[in-house]
This record gives sequence, structure tokens and C-alpha cells, in this order.
Amino acid sequence: MITPTHYMVLSAALFIIGVVGVMIRRNIIIIFMSIELILNAVNINLVAYSNQVQNMVGQVFAIFVIAVAAAEAAVGLGIILAFYRNKETVNIDEMNLMRW
Amino acid sequence: MQYIWLIPLLPGVGALINGLVGIRSFSRKTAGYLACTMMVAALGLALVAFWQLLGLPGDARAYDVTLAQWIPVMPLQMHNGSFGHFEVTWGFRLDPLSGMMLLIVTGIGTLIHIYSTAYMADEPRGGFARFFCYLNLFCFFMLMLVLGNNFLVMFVGWEGVGLCSYLLIGYWYEKKTASDAGKKAFITNRVGDWGFVLGVFLIYSVFGTLDFRAVQNAAATMPIESMHFGILSAICLLLFVGATGKSAQIPLYVWLPDAMEGPTPVSALIHAATMVTAGVYMVGRNAVLFSHAPMVMQIVAIVGVLTALMAASIGLVQYDIKRVLAYSTVSQLGYMFTAMGVGAFSAGAFHLMTHAFFKALLFLGSGSVIHAMGGEQDMRRMGSLKKYLPVTFVTMFVGTLAIAGIFPFSGFFSKDEILFRAFVNNKAIWVLAVATAFMTAFYMYRLVAMTFFGTYRGPAWEHAVEHPVAADVRVAATHGVAHPTDTHAHGHAAQRNHEVSHGLADAHAPHGDHAAVAVADDDHGGGGHGHGPWHGPHESPRPMTVPLMALAVGAVVAGFVGIPAALGGGNTIEHFLAPSFTAEHQVERSADLQVRRESGAAVQASPEAAAEHEGENEPEVSRGVELGLMVFSLAIAIGGIMLARTFYQTSPEISERMAERFAGAHRTLSNKYYVDELYNATVISGTMASGRGLWVFDRNVVDGVVNGSSWMTLFGSWMSGLTDRTLVDGAVNFVGRLLQESSYWFRRVQTGLVQNYALLMLFGVFAFVSIYLFVK
Repeated sequence: MITPTHYMVLSAALFIIGVVGVMIRRNIIIIFMSIELILNAVNINLVAYSNQVQNMVGQVFAIFVIAVAAAEAAVGLGIILAFYRNKETVNIDEMNLMRW
Repeated sequence: MQYIWLIPLLPGVGALINGLVGIRSFSRKTAGYLACTMMVAALGLALVAFWQLLGLPGDARAYDVTLAQWIPVMPLQMHNGSFGHFEVTWGFRLDPLSGMMLLIVTGIGTLIHIYSTAYMADEPRGGFARFFCYLNLFCFFMLMLVLGNNFLVMFVGWEGVGLCSYLLIGYWYEKKTASDAGKKAFITNRVGDWGFVLGVFLIYSVFGTLDFRAVQNAAATMPIESMHFGILSAICLLLFVGATGKSAQIPLYVWLPDAMEGPTPVSALIHAATMVTAGVYMVGRNAVLFSHAPMVMQIVAIVGVLTALMAASIGLVQYDIKRVLAYSTVSQLGYMFTAMGVGAFSAGAFHLMTHAFFKALLFLGSGSVIHAMGGEQDMRRMGSLKKYLPVTFVTMFVGTLAIAGIFPFSGFFSKDEILFRAFVNNKAIWVLAVATAFMTAFYMYRLVAMTFFGTYRGPAWEHAVEHPVAADVRVAATHGVAHPTDTHAHGHAAQRNHEVSHGLADAHAPHGDHAAVAVADDDHGGGGHGHGPWHGPHESPRPMTVPLMALAVGAVVAGFVGIPAALGGGNTIEHFLAPSFTAEHQVERSADLQVRRESGAAVQASPEAAAEHEGENEPEVSRGVELGLMVFSLAIAIGGIMLARTFYQTSPEISERMAERFAGAHRTLSNKYYVDELYNATVISGTMASGRGLWVFDRNVVDGVVNGSSWMTLFGSWMSGLTDRTLVDGAVNFVGRLLQESSYWFRRVQTGLVQNYALLMLFGVFAFVSIYLFVK
């Protein structure tokens, strides 16, 4: 039997993987993908609890998150493309224009 | 008679016009005419007023005119506690004493104005008008002094004549000695004026009025201070200090001999005839006051006779013709004060009048001599001038006899009156006065002998042939000595301390033209003044000799108004002047005094009673004594003259031998007893030292305070600047530095690396969640 705990563990594992990916990878594309992982971990949580408490709001919210994530991916990829054209790299370490 | 205020005003107007317009634009002739006209008009008015005064009965001869209010009426608490009122008016008073002075000032003033038109003719145009402006101004103030009916109006005149004296002594102000002499006269007079002003203040506080008549009347009711030195004595002493300054008595006489730096007519008018007698006049004006202070009277007499003796002895050895006369003036003023001091007010005033005549005459005569000698004043360079200057010689000889006191010239009567009264009062004073009389005769005849007799010792003169002058001039001048009175060949050698300065324009004018102009300019037709080389001594032009002759007549006849009873005269002047020397209601009291005097109790204390009753109540014995004294003083005078004649005329070598034999005394006298040096060493250097001391105080203390405060300010502002810089700026900078430093470390957080930010957010979230969990 699949209990909410399984969902929680899956979700947490996904979240940790996402966070670690954001923290330690240099390639900005990978970081982007890791952010998607974090968002999907949240989505799993939302859907699991929606099913648990029999309230559809959670699933609606998860769809919103997916929509926002799609929009964010579109904007983010655009930025990455523009950056790549300038610097010819996708290494996040090169992206330090906002430092002091 | 209500127009007596016009008498001073006329010369005042003349001075105003000459001063405002004349100096710029009047010709010599206009300026001279204007001044003389004003004086003649004043003389005319004075004569009319005097005539009307004579028309009044004897004891009512006084007339007051109030022109305007000066200090308006105001309440005043009197000395004794009651309330009175105080006021001062521009009031003028004509009474016998001021009437006499009025005639002297206007009469002699007019003559001297006329004389000056010729004497000063070589002055440049502006200077000429300036001279007459001053001269008129002097007459204005002198008449104000004489006519004023209260102390304040008198004081205005008193100060005014001092000012004019200063201006006229320093008339040739380019000459250092002249301007110094002017300052000396002015400053010495200030010392006297200090006493006079204090005396007036004291009179105001004691009597509550400044009107002469009121003061005399009030003083008459006060007791005579014969035993103690009271308030009246203090007043009199202070007034006398004023008189010593103005009238050149010991110790303030030093200015008068130096005042001879002024033009000679000024010496004659101011420093012989009028201004210097102001002190005598003032004492006479306050005769009642002085009579109530016998101790001060004694002081006056002693100071007077000592001054007379001292000045006469200095006069014995002077060589400057004007200085001899100056010391003679000081000496004669001493005589007048002696008379005042022994209570012979009338005799003093009488001598004042006769002295005015003969001393003005002598000064003008000396001016004529100086003029003739082309500016020479040293008698050692004169001699034998009798034949060149006949008119001057005769008139000056008359003046000499008058001052020496030879019968029947005017000086005899007035001087003898004084000697007699001194004899009655105090034998010691009489002895000194007689010694002075002897010396007076001696030095005056010495002057005449050295100037007019003997051999000519002056410089040789050039003959005018060398110069292209008018024909008559040449003819006259070629004769040189043969025509000594030639008035056309008149010039001055460029020599020594030339008294008469020349305008440059004049000096460079063509010689011939100038003689013509000068002749045309001379209103009396006496003769022109050429310039250029000096053609020898010559008689002065008519405007100078006529006043000399007029004064000589005066010097002869002026004494006849005072022929004493002993010689069968009525002593008219004494009776005429007596009302001026007594208070109005004094008849009973003086009668009372007379009783006491007859009882022999108070001869000394009643000089004023003596003044009133002299001639009527003199004891019979006195008459014989009086005649004897007259003969004696006449003998003394003749003795003095004869001695001087021996020394300086018949055998001049004696005087040189005497000078060598008594070299010490001679040196002392020549140096005027070293009084000037003494004053230099004490008063002047004392003043300088105290001035220097004050300067040191000023520099160290006053400047020190100022500098100290500025120093303090400087230090304070420096401190405040330091505080500003360190504390205020320090705090501000510290905050700035702090922020800068801390931001230097903090900004390291802003790496710009997204992962860093993300890590921090993670830590933050973790921290918040941890706190949330813990707190829960």
C-alpha cells in the first residue's frame, strides 16, 4: 500500500536532488533542470495531499505551478541563449555581472 | 549810549568781511581802508558814549545795555539755602573804568591800524588782508572784554584776545621761531585761564550770579578776611592767577618777550597797550572783592613789584630793541599790579592809561627804526639814527622821558602816584619799586643812546645810481647821507632775520614801475616803497609818523588828568574812576572804616577806603612827604638817565668794562635769569616725561588689554577650530569611515554568483524553519 509517507519521501528525495543540483553544478542548463526537479517535488507533495484530504484545490494549484514552470523555462532559456551569444559559455561562474 | 554794543561789533564786522572776502579778493588798499574805517567808526561811537557818560552826575556814571539773553533765567539754590535765580546776558556796561579802557582800545587801536597800513605794505596782498582781519578781530574781542558786564562775556573776550594774540604772534608762520612763540604765548595763557575759570566757578557757587555789579555789591556786605584765608581770598587768588597769565607776571611772564616775534604794530597794540593790561583791568573790575582779601592783595603787590624788578633788570642788558621794550612792558605791568596790590586801584588804572600811550609810542617808534634799518633789530648795529629819523627820534625821546618818569610827562604822574601809595602801604615794596624806576630810566635811555646817538654801526648801504629808477629817486639817493629822510629810495637789504617779509611777486617787479605803483597806492602821499637794495636808514612814510606824533602828544598830556593834590591838581582821574572800584552801598561802611583808620587800628586793612578818600583825608604830614618823594623819584629817574648817558653815549667803553667785570651777573641777566631754561628743565620736561609715561602706560596697559583681548580671541578661535576639526569632523569622518570599512567587508557577500545567493537563501530558510521548530 502506498501511504502519504512514500510520497513525502519521494518528494523530499527529489527536492534534495534538485537543491544539490542547483548548488553544485556549473552548467546553467543543469541548474535549470534541477529547478524543474524542485518544482516537481512540490507538485508531487501538492497532489499527494490533495488526494489525501480529498480536496481538488491542491491539484489545481499543481497545474498552475506547471504552467508557471513552463513560462519560467521559456524566459530562462531565452536569457541563457542571450547570455551564450555574448559569452559563448553557459558556465554559471562566468555569470557574475551583478557582483559589487 | 544804548548803542555801545555797536562799538565792539563794528571791528567784528570788519574782521568778518576781511576774513571771508578780503583774503581772497581785496586789494591792500581796500582791506586797509575797511579795517581802519571800522576802527574810526568805533572810536567815534566810543567818544560820543564817553561824552554822554561825562554828562551824568558823578555817582550815576554807569550804563548797562542788554543785547540778548545768553543763559536763560533758571532757578538756583543759593549758598545759604534760599532760592534765587541765575541768568547770564549778553550785557555791556559803560562806567568810568570801562569808559577809560574803551577810549584806550579804540583810540590807540585806530592809530595802530593806520600805522600798520604803511608798516605792512610790503606784505603780499592776502597776508595783508589776513593781518587786518586778525587786528580787527582782536579789537572786537578786546572791546567785548572791556565792555562785558559779567564774567562770562568778559571771558569770551578774554579767550578771544588770547586767540588773536596767538594768531598775530604767529603771523609769519613760516618762521619757526614765530610759530613757536605763538604756541608758547597761547599755552602759557591757558595756565592762567585755568585759574580764571576756576575763580569764576567759585564766584558762581558763592554768589549765584556772574554780574560784576551784583558780585561787588554782595561782596561788600561780607566781612574783610584780614585774619584768615577765606572763600573770597580763594576767589581773588584764582582770578589773580588768570591775571598773571594774561598780564605776564611772575611766574607766567615768559611768553611776552617771545611774543615780539609778531609784527611790531601787534606788539604795540596787543603786547603793550591793550591785551596785557586785561589782567590789571580785571583786578580793578573786582576791586571790592580784592579789597576784602588783604592777604591776596599782599601777594598781588609782592608779585607785581618782583616782576617789575626782575623784568627791568633783564631789560638792562638786552640788545634786541623790541626785547628791551618787551621786558619794559612786563616791568610796567608789574608796577600796575603793585598799585592794585597796595589798594591804589585808581593809580594802577591811571598808569595803565599813560603806559598805553607811551609804550605804544615806543613800540611804534621801534617799528619805525626797524623799518628804517631794513629789518635789523639789534641795537649794536644801529646808532646815530637821530639825523636820519628826526620824527621817530623826537617822538621816541618823548616816550622815553614819559616812561622814565620825568616831570611833566605822563609817566611821572602815574608812576609817582604808585610809588607814593606803595610808600604809605609798605616801605619794602616802595624800595623795590624805586629801584625798578631807576633801572627803567637806565635801560630806556640806553635804548635811545644806542639807537639814536653815537656812531653809526650798521651795515653800509648801496647807492641807488646803479639801478634804473626814476630820476628824482636817483638824485635823492646819490646824496645818500645828505638826504637821509628821502622816502623814495626805500628798500631792504636781503639780510638776517628780516622782520618784514616780501611777497615774491613784489620782489620781482621791475624797479621803476614798482616805485610808481607804490606812490599811487599810498593814500597819504608820504612816499613809496621801492624794493631792491637797501639805501640806508630813512624816515618812515607819513601814515607811520602821524600816529607816532599823535601818541607823543598823548604821552605828554595824558598825565594831566591825574595831577595829584600835592601839586595843586585835582587828581581828576581818581575821582572819576572811584565809583568803579566801590560797591553801590558802601558809603556808610567806608566811612566806618575811615574812623577806624584814623584811630590807627586798620591802616593796612582798608586800602579801598584809602583809594576813595585819598586827596581829601590824607593827613597833612603826607603832603610834605609826597612832595619829597616826587623830588626823590625825579632825581632817581634823572640819575638813571645820566648814568646810561655816561655808559652808552659819552664813554661807551665803561659799559664794556662793567660787563667784563661783572661777567657772572651780566651773563645771568643776558640769559634772563635762566627762567626759560628752568621751565624747560622742570615744567616742560616734566610734562614731556609725564606724556611719555602716559604713552608707555598706553602702550603697555591699554594696548596690552586690547592686544590681549585680540590674542584671547585668536586663541579661542584657534581652539574652536581645533575642536571643529577633531571632534565634529572626527565624528562625521568616523561614521563615514566606519560605513566605508564595514561595507568593504560586507560587500564581499555580493559575489554576483547565483549559487552563493541560493546557498544563503537555503541557509536562511533552514534557519527560519529551525527556529520555528525550536520555538514551537
